[in-house]
Amino acid sequence: MPATSEATRALRLVVLVKQVPDTANVTGKAMKDDGTINRVALPAVFNPEDLNALEEALRLRERCGGRVTVVTMGPPAAVQVLRESLYRGADEVVLLTDRRFAGADTLATSYALAQAVRRLGDVDLVLCGRQAIDGDTAQVGPQTAEKLGLPQITCVSRVDAVDGETVTATRSIEGGYETLRAPLPALLTVTDEANEPRPPSARLVLTYKEAAAEVWPDYDDSYLDPKSDEAEVCLVDHSGRPVCRARVMQWDAATIGAEEGTTGLRGSPTRVKQIESVVLAQPEAKMVEPTDEGISALVHELVEEHILG
Amino acid sequence: MSGTGDQVWVFIELDGGRPADVSLELLGRARELAGRLGVQTGAVVAGAGCRDVTSLLVSMGADHVFVADHTALDAYRAGPYARLMTTLIRQHRPQIVLYGATTTGRDLAPRVASELRAGLTADCTDLQIGDHKTKDRSYEDLLYQIRPAFGGNIIATIVCPEHRPQMATVREGVMRMPETDDARDGETTEVAVEVGDDAAKAREDTPKAGDGPVVLRPEDVAVELLDRHKEEKRVDLKGAQVVVAGGIGVGSLEGFDLIRRLADTLGGVVGASRAAVDAGWIDRDHQVGQTGTTVRPRLYIAAGISGSVQHRAGMDESSRILAINDDPQAPIFSVAHYGIVGDLHEVIPRLIRAYKDKGAA
Repeated sequence: MPATSEATRALRLVVLVKQVPDTANVTGKAMKDDGTINRVALPAVFNPEDLNALEEALRLRERCGGRVTVVTMGPPAAVQVLRESLYRGADEVVLLTDRRFAGADTLATSYALAQAVRRLGDVDLVLCGRQAIDGDTAQVGPQTAEKLGLPQITCVSRVDAVDGETVTATRSIEGGYETLRAPLPALLTVTDEANEPRPPSARLVLTYKEAAAEVWPDYDDSYLDPKSDEAEVCLVDHSGRPVCRARVMQWDAATIGAEEGTTGLRGSPTRVKQIESVVLAQPEAKMVEPTDEGISALVHELVEEHILG
Repeated sequence: MSGTGDQVWVFIELDGGRPADVSLELLGRARELAGRLGVQTGAVVAGAGCRDVTSLLVSMGADHVFVADHTALDAYRAGPYARLMTTLIRQHRPQIVLYGATTTGRDLAPRVASELRAGLTADCTDLQIGDHKTKDRSYEDLLYQIRPAFGGNIIATIVCPEHRPQMATVREGVMRMPETDDARDGETTEVAVEVGDDAAKAREDTPKAGDGPVVLRPEDVAVELLDRHKEEKRVDLKGAQVVVAGGIGVGSLEGFDLIRRLADTLGGVVGASRAAVDAGWIDRDHQVGQTGTTVRPRLYIAAGISGSVQHRAGMDESSRILAINDDPQAPIFSVAHYGIVGDLHEVIPRLIRAYKDKGAA
């Protein structure tokens, strides 16, 4: 393992995250009768490996100093993952939301994310999860890196060192690993092997709630929902003094300077031609009784047919 | 347009100097797709001293092999390989480019797609050629990129009507390995590769059709490979005649000992569903399914696996499938030849005993 020499300067860290339907817990209600997805019936969660990316960014900030900005693209409800990020210690969060982002494939998504990172300015490291559980494509990371002209290290299972000029990281490959060193700024995609994400901090949850209660007596947690008519929302008290260090921003296609035809469905080369819901054939399996006799007869049949040696 | 236009290409991944199985499997499917389209196949191979594999690639289905032999391409890194692919694709304009869905292919293909603004579909379980109609237009001979999506509740067919090339990644084992044919003929193009040390040279690298050198810019080669450690695959799922796979119904890390005992008894290999892998009960090398390995053994035993479409995509061509599950409604029974409804912790010991006693029966 290479010697760990840490950054001598604070790091500007950006984490790209996604709110995803919890595909690991799909129930019968998730599919409508016509075979389309009933998104309402699926709980939305923080994409698991994006939590690993956030954790890695928070650890780097703790070691080197700096700032962690979390960016997500999605409908207004996606602000929930930004809240979750603040409760874990993010310094500022950006919600990219606009009807013009709707229907984006990975290419159009990476374009919008790259534009947002550009707007944030001098970035040292962009981190995201290796892949999202709703599509498992693992494409948005490398595509965002290319759009930003950054070197990439994907599938990172360990960040070995950041020295202010370079990042050294180890990526999992089939049957092994490889260690790469990239000049900063760079983009890393992080796997669940990298770390154990911290839970939300009770102290931070409380801080935000108390601050919000002071600003808005009829507090309903909506203070973290950026208002659509404001580009930036900073939590301040009655005298205008900031009471929470977090900045909550909402940007639309115009804010990030998205070119016409580059976002959403229009900016997506891929089209879904057809969706088939999975209709299972009637069971045709020969049922075997779970008894010694039934199982012996089955084994005998498999041996007779040379399926088993 | 050059004579290589409209080809169906495969990016050939080298593993210890030899083409990876998945690349050769894709050549087989590329051959079929190209036949349907009436075009040639192309294979792109890069590395230091990689010329030796040319004849193998031709015998496995490549009509045209592009060989980029250069020390800067010795070990795979995203930067130089993406520059190589985008340059060659712009020069030769293939209509389809396929990649193995390996850690290399999944690192490279999206970077290439982004620069070319091409569509890309990950982890396809099938590729076909077909037509497509929209309100305004109809398209002929598009690549149907077919994959389960959304937790496996749907099978999606993706097309890229307007953008070229159409690109897809496919896992190892999904396509069948083609037969070798030493009588096949193929053409070889040596790709000139230069490392542009100065910015002026890099600026000359304007994309144009025709053959020119591939110029690697300084930023393309800025990432250093410090160390690589790779072991031979410990698990040969793909070559196994018997696979005994456990799922979430196995219940625990210790529960997999039972799966292992049955596999050992039958001379088989241990497989697993993604849920069991995610639970940490077994290593990812054992995963069967869309995002794992596709297997076609003589006998596949699915124990405590409910049978999501992603899992079934990786095993439903097995000669015989035995499903053991305590839920008679589990989807796995719909692809099984034999079903046992019961607790696998009771059924498997009986199976082991029955197999050991078979001589006595």
